[in-house]
Amino acid sequence: MTAMLNVKDLRAYYGQVQALHGLSFSLNEGSLTTLLGANGAGKTTTLRAICNMVRSTGAIEFEGKPIGTRSTENVVRLGIAHVPQGRGTFTNMTVEENLQLGAISRSDKNAIGADIERMYEHFPVLKQRYTQQAGTLSGGEQQMLAVARALMLRPRLMLLDEPSFGLAPLIVRDLFRILGKINREEKVTILVVEQNAQLALELADQAHVIETGRIVMSGNAKDIANNEDVRKSYLGY
Amino acid sequence: MELFANQVLAGIATGAIYACMALAVVMIYQAIDHLNFAQGEMAMFSTFVSWQLMQWGVPYWGAFVLTVAFSFAAGIVIERLLFKPLAKAPILTNVAGFIALYAIINSVAGLIWDFTIKQYPTPFGSSPFLGSQLISTHQAGMIGITLLMLVLLFFFFRFTRVGLAMRAAASLPESARLVGINTSWMIALGWGMAAAIGSIAGMMIAPVVFLEPNMMLGVLIYGFAAAVLGGLSSPFGAVMGGFLVGIFENLVGTYIPGVGNELKLPIALALIIVVLVVKPAGLFGRAIVKRV
Repeated sequence: MTAMLNVKDLRAYYGQVQALHGLSFSLNEGSLTTLLGANGAGKTTTLRAICNMVRSTGAIEFEGKPIGTRSTENVVRLGIAHVPQGRGTFTNMTVEENLQLGAISRSDKNAIGADIERMYEHFPVLKQRYTQQAGTLSGGEQQMLAVARALMLRPRLMLLDEPSFGLAPLIVRDLFRILGKINREEKVTILVVEQNAQLALELADQAHVIETGRIVMSGNAKDIANNEDVRKSYLGY
Repeated sequence: MELFANQVLAGIATGAIYACMALAVVMIYQAIDHLNFAQGEMAMFSTFVSWQLMQWGVPYWGAFVLTVAFSFAAGIVIERLLFKPLAKAPILTNVAGFIALYAIINSVAGLIWDFTIKQYPTPFGSSPFLGSQLISTHQAGMIGITLLMLVLLFFFFRFTRVGLAMRAAASLPESARLVGINTSWMIALGWGMAAAIGSIAGMMIAPVVFLEPNMMLGVLIYGFAAAVLGGLSSPFGAVMGGFLVGIFENLVGTYIPGVGNELKLPIALALIIVVLVVKPAGLFGRAIVKRV
């Protein structure tokens, strides 16, 4: 397997405050990787730095190309979909318009309709609500919509920022099952940031642990899950 | 009763002017979240350009099309040169920019074309419309053009990809960038479209108020009032607001003693304040349903 995303010595800043202190990791093509860490460790900042939504230095390469200086929209157009924290739903538009927007940068217009149908198969609840204002959807439905919108890009890499946040446990299970399916069947490489470490480690094949802006542990998700320190700090047993 | 009906009809006729202008106001508000105080002056300048073209012998509709194209391009250029650098600046900086633009365009127009009042032609003629003395064929044509623009805008925003992208960029810029939309160009496009719509408004209004550099002063305030009344988020609301302001102004002038022509402008201003206090979203503004 080759590295699809290479992050080297990433440092990110919010004004004067430095949030990442030289963070390095890589993602294998086709992998499902999770980024674990406590509140404020720098997980969200890492995702935002990849999409150039925060001031950062260091080298970020996607499929061999440096992307550090590209604008957010041009990073996305390379095939990197980002489901942000809080989902970023266009609440005053319909469900279907949200899906259309996910594909707005694609040039193969004729395939978009079929892709929307495919999303309705993955997420049947969206089909029932396709003319509804997206803001009227429940939290879980909005998260499904956010994932579906990201998939409409036909991404090579999908970044998910705390998809489980604020959702009922059953819905989280459902969502993670679909993410695993998308990873396997549609060959989308996935990087998911999670506070729900247990679920994330069950789902992922690779894991990185972040503490105060640095990677402190990397490896196979199973090994990480069995690591004593990780168990105590993040899994609670 | 006949007086009432006549005043309503006359109100609709003047309302068409406000509706036209309000449409341009809403366009720019959608794109940048600010009211552009220079909107009226931009429209006035465009109207002068069309007048100049006609002086040079270009036929009316040729000048019309050229002017709309020129205004669209000029709107984009103004955004790129003046307001893109101010995109992250505080609101007051932007407001100062609008006022500067207002003063510059007004003086430049005066410099080139001087301040004497000029006749401006109408393509619809100015005979009574369907035998009514209250509404002329020009005013009827103007209403038609305004409604046509409204329909075109509706289709553009509802059914085209660019329209969808523009709506997305206006409502949630960060999410829009995350689906690959170049939000900065969407704003420029919004300026271009607002300038183009404004130029049409100017060319429709000029036969009524006559062409001169200050022709838009009052009209813009009524346009703001119309846009606020109808809802700044709704092109349809802006047009309806325009007609309502026109009717309201006429009825107040007729039935409330002491309100002559002199007090009509304060009525528009009072209307803005009342709407903002009582129903800030306007009559047709979309109340956004939110669930967390």
